[in-house]
Amino acid sequence: MALTRTTHGVTSGDNRDPIGYAVAFLNKLASTGALDRFRLRKPAERVVFEATRTGFRTAGNLNRAFARAGKRAGRPSRLPSAGSTGVFDLTPTEDEQMLVDVVAEFAEEMVRPAAADANESCAAPEELLRASLEIGLPMLGVPEDLGGISTERSAMAGTLVAEAIAKGDLGLAVACLAPGAVSTALSLWGNDEQQSTYLPAFTGEDVPAAALALTEPRPLFDPLEPQATAVRDGDDFVLNGVKSLVPRGADAELFVIGARLEGRPALFLVESASPGLEIEAEPSMGLRAAALSRVVLTDVRVGPIGLLGDTDGEAYTECVRLSRLAWCALSLGTAQAMLDYVVPYVNERQAFGEPVSHRQSVAFMVANIGIELQGMRLVTYKAASRAAQGKPFDREVALARRLCAERGMQIGNDGVQLLGGHGFVKEHPVERWYRDLRAIGLVEGGVLV
Amino acid sequence: MTINLEAPRKFRPLISQAHQVAMNLLRPNSRKYDLLEHEYPKELDMLAAMIDGLSDSGAASGAGASGVRRDVDSADGSADDSARANVKNGSNLASVLSIMEMCWGDVGLLLSMPRQGLGNSAIASVADPEQHARFDGVWASMAITEPGTGSDSANIATTAVLDGDHYVLNGEKIFVTAGERSDAVVVWATLDKSLGRAAIKSFVVPKGTPGMTVERLEHKLGIRSSDTATIRFVDCRVPRENLLGSPEVDAKQGFAGAMATFDNTRPLVAAMAVGCARASLELTKELLQQAGVVIDYDRPAFTQSAAAATFLQLEADWEAAYLLTLQAAWMADNRRPNSLEASMAKAKAGRSGSDITLRCVELAGSIGYSEHELLEKWSRDSKILDIFEGTQQIQQLIVARRLLGKTSAELK
Repeated sequence: MALTRTTHGVTSGDNRDPIGYAVAFLNKLASTGALDRFRLRKPAERVVFEATRTGFRTAGNLNRAFARAGKRAGRPSRLPSAGSTGVFDLTPTEDEQMLVDVVAEFAEEMVRPAAADANESCAAPEELLRASLEIGLPMLGVPEDLGGISTERSAMAGTLVAEAIAKGDLGLAVACLAPGAVSTALSLWGNDEQQSTYLPAFTGEDVPAAALALTEPRPLFDPLEPQATAVRDGDDFVLNGVKSLVPRGADAELFVIGARLEGRPALFLVESASPGLEIEAEPSMGLRAAALSRVVLTDVRVGPIGLLGDTDGEAYTECVRLSRLAWCALSLGTAQAMLDYVVPYVNERQAFGEPVSHRQSVAFMVANIGIELQGMRLVTYKAASRAAQGKPFDREVALARRLCAERGMQIGNDGVQLLGGHGFVKEHPVERWYRDLRAIGLVEGGVLV
Repeated sequence: MTINLEAPRKFRPLISQAHQVAMNLLRPNSRKYDLLEHEYPKELDMLAAMIDGLSDSGAASGAGASGVRRDVDSADGSADDSARANVKNGSNLASVLSIMEMCWGDVGLLLSMPRQGLGNSAIASVADPEQHARFDGVWASMAITEPGTGSDSANIATTAVLDGDHYVLNGEKIFVTAGERSDAVVVWATLDKSLGRAAIKSFVVPKGTPGMTVERLEHKLGIRSSDTATIRFVDCRVPRENLLGSPEVDAKQGFAGAMATFDNTRPLVAAMAVGCARASLELTKELLQQAGVVIDYDRPAFTQSAAAATFLQLEADWEAAYLLTLQAAWMADNRRPNSLEASMAKAKAGRSGSDITLRCVELAGSIGYSEHELLEKWSRDSKILDIFEGTQQIQQLIVARRLLGKTSAELK
């Protein structure tokens, strides 16, 4: 399929003239010569990524056997909504606080120290992923009676947890939370057969990598109008299309793919070893530790067990909203990390005989980070608490998303600015958070609360 | 204890009531008093009487400026979810919610509400029990700013010199909201300029006291229905019992008491901005709908019209300002120090408020600009809310000092 792409960022209206051809030829000569003469062949990893960017594809990861269980028409387990207290309150429940404390410790002690290297290698370290399973991340959205830890809709708890991990690192947070997106989706929309077949793996010892794939590679992509298609063929569905910015695509054993079925968007469960499913690395501006990839589907066939949720677009739309909510939550953690980092920096950094924080332009930038962050936080929490209470939250999540995208990126931008030249180099994490925060408001899917 | 950011269920009747008043008494009079600047809005007397009646019956729950208090529990006999939950939704939250509705109605007219002056907030915050009783029912305005002193209120030059049983006040105050209509003026004056801010006290000066003259009223960009007065004090003798709080010059405590008023009133001003901006957003949304623009919360903003995308951005900022304001009030109700949150709320609401009201005029085109609708008026009214009671820049300074751990000597 045609994936429109510019050539080295040069647009189609810009053409070579005779001088241009000559220069291009010289360039070709020069780069081959230089590489060999100075032994500047790029390190192995980079070649792989360049190679994958030009279309090298691998098959999906081999997946385990998901033993069929349960009945399609059986009664699925559903989490009840949280009750509405009628009282304005910003205090988490005891359970939520316990979760946050555990996750915050994980973020500080394991996630943050691993972040810089994970960014370079474009992968999350195995021990860290294992530790994230040990604290039960994939079980967060799963009902107790299916082996999880939830007794009611967990959008608020999920939001607090996502915020806490992202304070360690956004990319690693996405890597850790990716499998949970699929287990939560199964809990929210799976029928009895799907829950019985797939959830035991997520609540067991050896949790599979998994990914929720909604984004598609084109400007002005609207997730409510996916171009990936699902066509009925007997009792099966045949999927075609490309999904992008999918976390840990190469490792994932199970995908939830968004595709258009008979004119409406729907969710499909696709096991990774399905013939016709290919993974392409998609190294991106940020979230590098999440090993983002493209998932290319060519006549991928799934059985009736593959359709997750309804065909009216309801489950799909709720999935989009809850995913956006999760991204907002992630942005809060990283923005907080930014604020916590720049304050001591500008207090210590001296210029003109005193700390730069004594200058209003610097101080006000810090103040505005604080103000906008708290605004983002409250708007996100309101959306989350409404989702948990089973109230309509489309408006609230839209507002949270707009705010977190706009103000979150501003915080990323200002954070680098406050460190001056030092903000630009990789010695400090702020440049990574700048890159990561651009994903907010852009990526769909990947995470879910 | 559960995170929940909906307006408290028990305040729904209060909010609804305030909304009906705003819709049926304030809005119909908005344009009239905007044009007839300084004409006394007599319709408000009827409203004030109604509110007094509600207060006496306990139903109003301290809504409005006199509701801001920390040391008195909300005397609300009704079933209280929050009491059970150990979390308070009290008079501070009630105040901001009702003020939001009233300012959705008309900011200038709210500021002209009898017995809801800023001076009343000062009395509520600083007065001793005897003074509370004595000044109950008195409409009090607040006089701080002077021609040469605005943001640096510690620099005021109005003096108060003890002479027998009276303090003698001399000086000039400007920008006194409700300065003409109020029954009394709470005046900030210094007992001794050489002792600095600790010597600054506030004095309740009843109208009619010889030596106090309302010199003139300002002609303004907005809130034109509110009388903004210049008041001159020439050997004005005030009974010593009218000094609010303690006459002690306490270097540590002194000024803090006066500034505590602002911790309480900042959320109220934020609420005014939130209410005014909401008026603009609601009307603009309807006008856009009439023009065929539908705002879709699910489709990416970039796939919608520029008008819809702009509206979403404005509404998002509004929601942030609204919730920051509720947070500041909630913390006050729960006896938590809220200086940082109060300043955050006022900073965000102040700047977003004007951004929203002005953009709404732009979105509505000539309908927004002409006096046929109230949009242009709201964009004029909202501007002051980012200025008085501590400017945007002062709020940013307060937030910055708090986040950076800096004193006012270090971070200017």
